[in-house]
Amino acid sequence: MAVYKKTYRPYEGALTGPLARLLVIPRYAFEDLHRSKFLSTFFIATLIYPLICALIIYVQHNASALQLLNVQNARGLISINVTFFLSLMGWQSVMALFMASFVGPGQVSPDLANNGLSLYLARPFSRVEYVIGKMSILAILMSLMTWIPGLLLFLLQGYLEGWNWMADNARIASGIFFGSWIWIALLSLLALALSAWVKWKPAAGALMFVLFFVTSAFGATINAVQRTHWGNLASVSYMVGSIWVQLFEGANKTTNGAVFFRSPMGEEVPLWYCWAGLAAIALICLYMLARKIRGAEVVR
Amino acid sequence: MEPVIELDGLEVCFGGRPILKKLKAALTGRSIGLLGPNGAGKSTLLSTLLGFYKPSSGTARVFGRDVRTHAREVRGLIGYMPENDAFIAGMSGVRFVRLMAELAGLPREQALERAHESFFYVGLGEVRYRALGTYSLGMKQSAKLAQAIAHGPKLLFLDEPTNGLDPPARSRMIQLIREIRDRGDLRLILSSHLLRDVEECCDEVLILKDGNIAAFCNLEEERRANRRFLEIETRGENNGDFLAALERRGCETAPGAQGRIKLVMPDGLEVRQIYEIAAAQNVQLRRLNHKRDSLEDIFLKAMEAADGRL
Repeated sequence: MAVYKKTYRPYEGALTGPLARLLVIPRYAFEDLHRSKFLSTFFIATLIYPLICALIIYVQHNASALQLLNVQNARGLISINVTFFLSLMGWQSVMALFMASFVGPGQVSPDLANNGLSLYLARPFSRVEYVIGKMSILAILMSLMTWIPGLLLFLLQGYLEGWNWMADNARIASGIFFGSWIWIALLSLLALALSAWVKWKPAAGALMFVLFFVTSAFGATINAVQRTHWGNLASVSYMVGSIWVQLFEGANKTTNGAVFFRSPMGEEVPLWYCWAGLAAIALICLYMLARKIRGAEVVR
Repeated sequence: MEPVIELDGLEVCFGGRPILKKLKAALTGRSIGLLGPNGAGKSTLLSTLLGFYKPSSGTARVFGRDVRTHAREVRGLIGYMPENDAFIAGMSGVRFVRLMAELAGLPREQALERAHESFFYVGLGEVRYRALGTYSLGMKQSAKLAQAIAHGPKLLFLDEPTNGLDPPARSRMIQLIREIRDRGDLRLILSSHLLRDVEECCDEVLILKDGNIAAFCNLEEERRANRRFLEIETRGENNGDFLAALERRGCETAPGAQGRIKLVMPDGLEVRQIYEIAAAQNVQLRRLNHKRDSLEDIFLKAMEAADGRL
């Protein structure tokens, strides 16, 4: 910049639209995340499991590869079915939980720490847009880890197996997409709400794990002590698992979820309780965010 | 002149307690001072104009746009320098200002260019790549000004811009504000409890007390009016002929004790002619003052009113 420009001058050029402004937040966040070697490595590592799955699908449909491996009945060894895709989703969703715990706590708290938020909101930028902008950081990252590889694998399997298989298993594709988005929305809201209320990042990250693992243990304890199934409602992973199984299989349940997200057969609670439980968590998170995301504090 | 801000019965309540009480005014000045003691409602008024607080009743308009219904549009016109610290500690100064300019709607390249320019303009060119958390208080104030002007707003809100600054830093800040004001590209509103800051930078003043408008005056007009108001002191008390001569020339006079006379000069009469009249009447002038109704006088009068209204 030329030194002679040391004077104030008004801006008379074109302005960007609301969507471009919204995308400014994730762009800056991704620049920051890209600088972290740990997060970049972790993100790449999360793609290993989908790559292994792609390899399995490929090998299973490649006769020469099977002969090379001297395997006679590989198709019976690993079936590409609901359980296969649910396992992929379960594993990738646990990775998404780790990613949200690493990235989420650093999103809102730095803006609140020194009142930077008032400057965001003093611009043509609303509180809702701020929250959506921050959520989109996590949503983009977790999408790249969950439903995008899931649907790509589904397409690969459909391509190799034939279009009939795709048509017969369309429910798996919708389960991958909607099931992932339920998990992404829940994690994003929780991560942002905790980031807004807990300023110390490690504590906010740890709380994410507490919410998922400790509540599961708590639910199991209630079940064991009270000899009931209603303790499952205290477990976020159970509720998510139940909804996933419903999305993947409908009423004809053949599996009990996968990895950490299991709803064992015979221990079910009505599905709408699970939906209501997740909705309640989302509403609490939104309330927590609404209390903190303000241009100025109201001193009553 | 188009009003910058119109307050139309504006009332803001927190927890049922009114903080701003039915404010009604039209502010037209190029630079408007918001004066008042702590807790008078200055920052609340600015926050309400920015849409941070919802009016309980009444409304306010900025350049004719209602803050209730056109909040986004209004915020697009405003540059805001808040009273307290406002920054992201881990971010470099120039990246922070660039982010704020982009959020205000500037494209990436222009935002970067103007972020650099703003930093040079406020005198922080050499430290623009340092993290904001490492800045001194004065540097943080300047960085706040940089982010407020980077996107070229039409109206600048400065909330206590000289807070915590040492005298040289304060002078620099005031000089910057006056420079921005004198370019005439934007209007500014300076909220402060420091009379000197307002007097040096503003041509219109709104004084708030307990959420009410205690006084509203045009400083420029006050200054012009005061220029015609003189207080003189003569030797001896027998000034009858001198007073009559002044009145014949159109002056309004009010004799006081010990040879003191207050007078309002008519247009066309100069101070030099007062000396000539005195010489003609053989009256010795010992003292002649332009009586100035300073901002301090106006402020004190406003504060003396029991209910906060003049």
